[in-house]
Amino acid sequence: MHQLIQYISSYLTSDKTPGVAGNMFWALVYIMLVFVGLSVAVIAMNWLERKILAHMQVRLGPMRVGPHGLLQPIADAIKLLLKEDIMPAEADGVIFWIAPFIVVLAAFTVFVVVPFGPTHAITDMNIGILFMLGVSSLSVLGIVMAGWASNSHYPLIGALRSSAQMVSYEVAMGLAVVSAILMTSLNAEGTGTLSMIGIVQAQLAQGEWFIFKFFPLGLVAFFIFAVAMVAETNRAPFDLAEAESELTAGFHTEYSGFRWSLFFLAEYSAMIAVSSIAVTLWLGGWLRPFPNWLSGQTWDQIFNVFPGVSFLLLAAICFYNTARMPKHPLFRVQTIGLAGFGIVLGLIALVLFYPPVSLRVQDIFWFAAKVAGFMYLYIWYRGTFPRYRFDQLMQMGWKVLLPMGLGVLILTAGVALVQPMIWHP
Amino acid sequence: MTDIQTPHSHLDLETHEKPFLDANELVINMGPQHPATHGVLRVILRLDGEKVLGLECVIGYLHRGVEKIGEHRTYTMFNPYVDRMDYVAAVSNGLGYCETVEKLLHVEAPPRAQHVRVILTELNRIASHQLWLGTHALDIGAITPLFYTFRDREEILKIYEKYCGARLTTHAFRIGGLQYETYTGFEKEVKNFLDFFRPKIDEYEELLTTNRIWVERTKGVGIISAEDCIAYGVTGPVLRASGVKWDLRKAQPYANYKNFDFEIPIGENGDTYDRYLVRMAEMRQSVRIIEQALAALPEGPIMAKVPKVMKPPVGEVYHSIEAPKGELGYFIVSDGSTQPYRVRVRPPSFVNLQALDEMCRGELVADVIAVIGTLDIVLGEVDR
Repeated sequence: MHQLIQYISSYLTSDKTPGVAGNMFWALVYIMLVFVGLSVAVIAMNWLERKILAHMQVRLGPMRVGPHGLLQPIADAIKLLLKEDIMPAEADGVIFWIAPFIVVLAAFTVFVVVPFGPTHAITDMNIGILFMLGVSSLSVLGIVMAGWASNSHYPLIGALRSSAQMVSYEVAMGLAVVSAILMTSLNAEGTGTLSMIGIVQAQLAQGEWFIFKFFPLGLVAFFIFAVAMVAETNRAPFDLAEAESELTAGFHTEYSGFRWSLFFLAEYSAMIAVSSIAVTLWLGGWLRPFPNWLSGQTWDQIFNVFPGVSFLLLAAICFYNTARMPKHPLFRVQTIGLAGFGIVLGLIALVLFYPPVSLRVQDIFWFAAKVAGFMYLYIWYRGTFPRYRFDQLMQMGWKVLLPMGLGVLILTAGVALVQPMIWHP
Repeated sequence: MTDIQTPHSHLDLETHEKPFLDANELVINMGPQHPATHGVLRVILRLDGEKVLGLECVIGYLHRGVEKIGEHRTYTMFNPYVDRMDYVAAVSNGLGYCETVEKLLHVEAPPRAQHVRVILTELNRIASHQLWLGTHALDIGAITPLFYTFRDREEILKIYEKYCGARLTTHAFRIGGLQYETYTGFEKEVKNFLDFFRPKIDEYEELLTTNRIWVERTKGVGIISAEDCIAYGVTGPVLRASGVKWDLRKAQPYANYKNFDFEIPIGENGDTYDRYLVRMAEMRQSVRIIEQALAALPEGPIMAKVPKVMKPPVGEVYHSIEAPKGELGYFIVSDGSTQPYRVRVRPPSFVNLQALDEMCRGELVADVIAVIGTLDIVLGEVDR
């Protein structure tokens, strides 16, 4: 027993991720935390997407289940779980059954190496980014299997489209990633790294997010990745695989209930996963804005307040809307519920103001905030853009993004080679 | 771009049987329950990968026998039925029918009635084009314009509701004029709508006209030449986008249209993008027409002298108007009794739909959706 406690507590002094430190217990705790956090994020994202999209489209979005539809995702989840599980008679049963699990597995496994902070990751691999790209591209396998096993025309076309799309955009994506990795090697020893944590630490050491590095080059690489990642996750304007107006629902046309919700879960966690790659590679991962310029105790204290303030702001929005609730007995439960939600958020904010806590969640907060920005972009795209056609999508991938990626890679390498000779002889 | 049958024709001669399916071909059934076929249109697509080799439309899922019903109703009783054909542009349908029967009866609606008819019909054209824009953009993947257009279309429907009590199938006109005098504040409300609506057209265009993806999706898609349009009998914005300046409001002026100053917007390439531009310009022209009609709205009676029991003289008449979707014609044969001997409708959607195959051959599946949207069909009118 004593040994066990010692085993558990020994990690607390470590400055490594549990995976690297080899501590099984904390690794399991982190896995649970990431899993729960991800599920909450997907649920929140579901509500936010509907709400934000609705407000862009002059409508209200979900309003009935809970105050301002806050409980709508939960109601939907219950509905999906209770639905009859339909499998088409002519479907290839085993493959039909496995496909959604492969997609979910691929989408969740990548979070093993996502660094929410210098120690806040399940593990740190020296091939981190390679692992992420490799595993996330496995999901295409599940999609093709789903489309094939459904034994129906629309899912088949959807699956073909999506596999072609994912495969061709991965090339451009890989090139953009390589140019970012190249930048990590710009230190005295000239040692680059593929480790997710190492990449962020390289940005810290160089005092510059890679998006601003070699000014237009980092930005262009980021842009290529930002386009490719939308295509990679099959979201608007590249949502050809599930183009509702053309293929009804694409590869998951024949799926219903729980299986369908797995695809849904996978889609949203894949969005979060690729966004975290973009954040890690170009936007400084968990680093707060200007960690080098605005350093020092005062600035640390100011930035420590941010997580608490943001939650206070959310609580304030809740209270403001509580006051605006219709004063009618029918709305009493909803009003109380919204006020309660506000109180919960306020309490979280108070906890976050407590210095030891605020110091520890700092990294997670900035990482999550940057990822949330990408999530908003995803919703914004969906509200604004029409859908690309299949051939245009391919054209863009192979004829625009791929040459751009190659050019950026070569230029980055060239500049990295020449720069020390000219500016630092 | 081969004919559907040709790849197999030699097989027919040799084996006297066709293979069920060529391995490279995929036949998929789109509709009648499909989100993008605008109702209950069924399209059988023959695909090579994503390329369309040919397609066939199956219609009739919404057939109600409107023309046959017309033979068993009096002229007045049949009037509301025509609203149910193109239910998005019910007022235009009513105008066409009333004018045809008036022509048969040799009566003419008084000037005030004519003006109010023009105002309501042009409002209807705007409403119809708004619905087209919203659904067309939705098909191509832009979901937001739909909500904008429906928000603004609501204002038109409110005016209809106030005028005649109905929003969609209005039955606004009567044979010989109008049943109702305009309500108090009608002119002001229509004027307010026009002021409200003019910037909204820019808002729609802001989202789409220069949007790179929209242009790529619509330019050069579903091209149909002016000759083909005329050969197929295609009319309306589709014909005008191919460069033919043919608008019945100018070509064969009916109602009061010859008194109004407006332009006929035409396109050049006959592609989906041009059809989009033509319809957007038409909305602006409709605003112009309504403004002029409001400014010159005369006082006076709203109903001509029409007998209570209508017994038109023996004869036949064809009269057509420019409905939002094209030439809407009515052919009525009278045998001198209270009921028409035969009513035949020439619906623009039905005739325009014939060109679908021509426009889609060699394009991709996604373009079929775009072309169905750009033809602006209403299945209630196709099937009648």
